[in-house]
Amino acid sequence: VQRILRERFCHQSPNSNLFGVQVQYKHLTELLKRTAIHGESNSVLIIGPRGSGKTMGSFAENLSFLLEALKKGDRTSSCPVVFILDEFDLFAHHKNQTLLYNLFDISQSAQTPVAVIGLTCRLYLKIFKEQLSLPAEFPDKLYAEKWNEHIQCLSEDRSVQEILEKHFNVSKNLRSLHMLLMLTLNRVTTSHPFMTAADLMEANQLCSMDSKANIVHGLSVLEICLIIAMKHLNDIYEEEPFNFQMVYNEFQKFVQRKAHSVYNFEKPVVMKAFEHLQQLELIRPMERTSVNAQREYQLMKLLLDNTQIMNALQKYPNCPTD
Amino acid sequence: VGVTLPRADVTPTHGHVGPSPNPASRVSGGSGNLRGVGGLCRRVSRGLHCSLVLARMPHLENMVLCRESQVSTLQSLFGERHHFSFPSIFIYGHTASGKTYVTQTLLNTLELPHAFVNCVECFTLRLLLEQILNKLSHHHSSEDGCSTQITCETFNDFVRLFKQVTKAENLNSQTVYIVLDKAEYLRDMDANLLPGFLRLQELTDRNVTVIFLSEIVWEKFRPNTGCFEPFVLYFPDYSIGNLQKILSHDHPPEYSADFYAAYINILLGVFYTVCRDLKELRYLAVLNFPKYCEPVVKGEASERDTRKLWRNIEPHLKKAMQTVYLREISSSQWEKLQKDDTDSGQLKGLSAYTHVELPYYSKFILIAAYLASYNPARTDKRFFLKHHGKIKKTNFLKKHEKTSNHLLGPKPFPLDRLLAILYSIVDSRVAPTANIFS
Repeated sequence: VQRILRERFCHQSPNSNLFGVQVQYKHLTELLKRTAIHGESNSVLIIGPRGSGKTMGSFAENLSFLLEALKKGDRTSSCPVVFILDEFDLFAHHKNQTLLYNLFDISQSAQTPVAVIGLTCRLYLKIFKEQLSLPAEFPDKLYAEKWNEHIQCLSEDRSVQEILEKHFNVSKNLRSLHMLLMLTLNRVTTSHPFMTAADLMEANQLCSMDSKANIVHGLSVLEICLIIAMKHLNDIYEEEPFNFQMVYNEFQKFVQRKAHSVYNFEKPVVMKAFEHLQQLELIRPMERTSVNAQREYQLMKLLLDNTQIMNALQKYPNCPTD
Repeated sequence: VGVTLPRADVTPTHGHVGPSPNPASRVSGGSGNLRGVGGLCRRVSRGLHCSLVLARMPHLENMVLCRESQVSTLQSLFGERHHFSFPSIFIYGHTASGKTYVTQTLLNTLELPHAFVNCVECFTLRLLLEQILNKLSHHHSSEDGCSTQITCETFNDFVRLFKQVTKAENLNSQTVYIVLDKAEYLRDMDANLLPGFLRLQELTDRNVTVIFLSEIVWEKFRPNTGCFEPFVLYFPDYSIGNLQKILSHDHPPEYSADFYAAYINILLGVFYTVCRDLKELRYLAVLNFPKYCEPVVKGEASERDTRKLWRNIEPHLKKAMQTVYLREISSSQWEKLQKDDTDSGQLKGLSAYTHVELPYYSKFILIAAYLASYNPARTDKRFFLKHHGKIKKTNFLKKHEKTSNHLLGPKPFPLDRLLAILYSIVDSRVAPTANIFS
């Protein structure tokens, strides 16, 4: 089971099904036929979010048409050629755009038909079922039947539907669904042979983790104190940039208030913690480090917002109360 | 670090991973051709009772402490040898949270073909790509001596050469792994490098997985126009219990485990609030252990006399925080210090070298510079003139200068002002001679 489903989710193969894009597929085929056969020059820009099947459909089709077109080359004096530009936006942002200009010069037609491919939520659930079901030729018939039954139950489970809806609202593309299913699949073992709703829920949690919160979780107590001091400064001075000296000052005030000698560290030790935060890219200098400026006085900005800090502090073990 | 740490001896057994391949599976189609579901079903003929989960190797857990769930996640991601895995995996976590170590150990123990490259070492495109290709080609041509070095200039060439290299027998049928350590440096290289690696499986049409290891989160890597999203895996930081367990693991054989564990406890008590980096803590543990054992060696205290040992070691550790932890002095100096047992006043760290004894006028120039940078220019008249007129009782500090100038840092000032202040603070008459200007 693992192998079949992994193959589906991980391997990008051109022969996979196209969901709901049959109409556009036909349209594209028509257009390309016209180009190849009648020598009509068209330019087609296929816009679609990632993972919605742009490359898969067009490449296979275009390849066959290209070969056909080259065979029929004597039909017209100039052989029509189809250019397929994948990752078109990278071309558009390139500093030297002669390729694009040349291509568009070649094509004479003014109209650029656009195919927009989207997915609806109903279709999403259908895809979920289809992607997870085992094919009929699976050798262990009994297991396959039970598995498919299980999938059917899952798709009717309200909590599973909620998770899928939430996931769809965040990102509509197929690849993120594959990622979610892949995470769920990891829990399927011989001792745990069927996928449950709990698996899906756990996988969803893993998918939607806040990675910065995870990094904050791993900081030392001193670094947490510095972050709290920075948050305090941000609150007082309304997001104005700060420097190390200000943060250290704030930290001293905190230490004196609490009268914890344990936290009274030397300035260089605090500086090392501060630089560690910079290395993790949780704080960032406002402008490039110049050799002339002293490090303590360089203005910085904190790259975490208040809610992130509060949430991270909730989860932090043995947090000193503020 | 340059300190050799004693390691528990574990010999990795080259066990066979997973069930033996079913001869029936080799019949259908080419070995690497896994296109379409139909082809797969023919392969699944081996049946489900053959465990698809890799047999857990018990010694792996001994080599890699406190990382069981990450190891199992990675193992299940890798799947079987010829399975397709995710095209790209992104592993992030703090420094010394075991990312490099776990990945390397796992790949070596399972004997999967891989190329491990450090992006700090290969800072140009060419270096990076050539190293990957050379490492992979050495993998299969280890019998016939040193093969020719492959040269590769662009990513386009890389894709082409990669396809060639992986056509070799033993690489053709299994997943090839490329591990890029310190992947945050990839962002500063060519813009197409990161998206290219993320899609390598699609571009080369081979069974390859690229693993990125970094301490920076994925959100900071994502290019503006988006890219193929990798599978993101988090290596959580070690809790204090975990750190204790790992640090106690490499105790020297002459002392008991409990003795060492007590020492680690004290060490963590002093350093845990400041630093949770495993590498630093290990370094400190090794450096300070001889001092800890001193009373026992000299016969002044027994192994169980915790109070005495604690009293002996605690000031020493506090000193260590100010010096060795900050790299003010080197480890050899520190060890010498421990042996000689001299007073801490002799300690000359790196910062001590910034204190220089200056001549008379230079000192005054420095003082004048300090005054000039921290006082606003308006106040000069009041402070430095002998006969200043009436000063208006305006608000001394303007509103926007409420923050102490000491927090904002020194401000630039013109040379004339410096000299003016200098002449006023030095008692005797100072002639503006060349001595001053130099």
